Amino acid sequence: MKVLIVDYGMGNLASVARAIEVAGGRAMISLSPMDIKKASHIVLPGVGAFPDAMHALHHGGWVESLIEAFNVQCIPALGICLGMQLLADYGEEHGITPGLGIIGGRVCQMVPQAGERLPHVGWNEVIQVKQSELFARTEPSADYYFVHKYHFNAANQESILATSNYAGGFVSAIQREHVFGVQFHPEKSSKNGLQLIRNFLAMG
Amino acid sequence: MLKTRIIPTLLLGNFGLVKGERFDAWRQVGAALPAVEVYNLRDVDELIILDINATKEMRAPDFDLISELASSCFVPLTVGGGVATIETIQELLRAGADKVLINTAAYRDERFVLEAVRKFGSQCIVLGIDVRRDISGAYFCYSESGSKSEGVDPIQWALLNEARGVGEIVIQNIELDGMMTGYDLIITNLLASAVALPIIASAGAGQYQHLLQAIECGAMAVSAASMFHFTEQTPGGAKFYLESKGISVRK
Repeated sequence: MKVLIVDYGMGNLASVARAIEVAGGRAMISLSPMDIKKASHIVLPGVGAFPDAMHALHHGGWVESLIEAFNVQCIPALGICLGMQLLADYGEEHGITPGLGIIGGRVCQMVPQAGERLPHVGWNEVIQVKQSELFARTEPSADYYFVHKYHFNAANQESILATSNYAGGFVSAIQREHVFGVQFHPEKSSKNGLQLIRNFLAMG
Repeated sequence: MLKTRIIPTLLLGNFGLVKGERFDAWRQVGAALPAVEVYNLRDVDELIILDINATKEMRAPDFDLISELASSCFVPLTVGGGVATIETIQELLRAGADKVLINTAAYRDERFVLEAVRKFGSQCIVLGIDVRRDISGAYFCYSESGSKSEGVDPIQWALLNEARGVGEIVIQNIELDGMMTGYDLIITNLLASAVALPIIASAGAGQYQHLLQAIECGAMAVSAASMFHFTEQTPGGAKFYLESKGISVRK
């Protein structure tokens, strides 16, 4: 398994790469879309703001290549945190920015309820609403580590794999065919996170 | 439901881990790597590692050491001490840190926090606020490991940096550090009421009950060092206790 980690500037890429290696994959942090042809899996990590990230993806020449890899070549892919959000049609952070448009939806700011704070940071339960290989051999409604202010508002109910309770509830995992997105950080979610990465590597 | 985090803090001295009292009287408490390995094995919620000499020696933390420590850590890792440039943050993230803690540099250059947030995102930037009270009881911010008074009110400072976009705030009263007599609940409560950001209470924990007190004052997470270094108490024990008191913790 050769896992391409899209490097479009910033992010905790080292943490992601390490977790992939521990889960049995070979991590390849890449600055070039040309590397996609060498990859069996793609991980789109991401921290920071939606518009900056889309700008960086365009600047690095990633956008068309990723859309082709996801939609035509059907390479198993996992978007993490902002990487999940970038799969949406558009983001509403600092104005409207078109996303990759892989999974229908928009990315909006969370609205904290009484006693809640933003960012949503810490360990929270991920409640599976649909069976998926991604969560195989993990504990049902296990805790994963989150840190984010925006959330993925899915256009199609069928794409929702899991939800979590905060700010009135939000989508914590999505799927369209072989493309997955998780709002939490599996690379920093201890045993359950590593199992999820193993499950992802077992696909395709 | 979002869980309350228990965060061990590890302080890096020149030769391994140290722990002191009131930011002074440092004692050696062992090597860093085995400590990180044990905490990872025990599946703690998160770790904070601070290089206490970096700012004073005007250098960044030791990236190779951080990288070595991070490779044994599969829970979120915050690194601080000497975080004063965008390049340092970049190197720390490359070494395997997930978040960085900024303290002194935030006072020196008002654009630094803004730039760091813009470049790395709010979720990556943790602000450290160290305070002392003067004789009238008023709180003031201190920088450079507690050695320099900034003459700034911590609440105003927190609000300003919330507007700049930091993602979390670690608050500690220097006079309570290492004393194990409990957190400064007044400043924890004032801060938690003033800002909408998650507050991490630090400095002073000696018993599980202290953790509960800070949580009841609005802290979303509690950090401790001496309590875990010098007593039989553990992060696991803390969770067991907090759960019995109705606090939601990760198991």
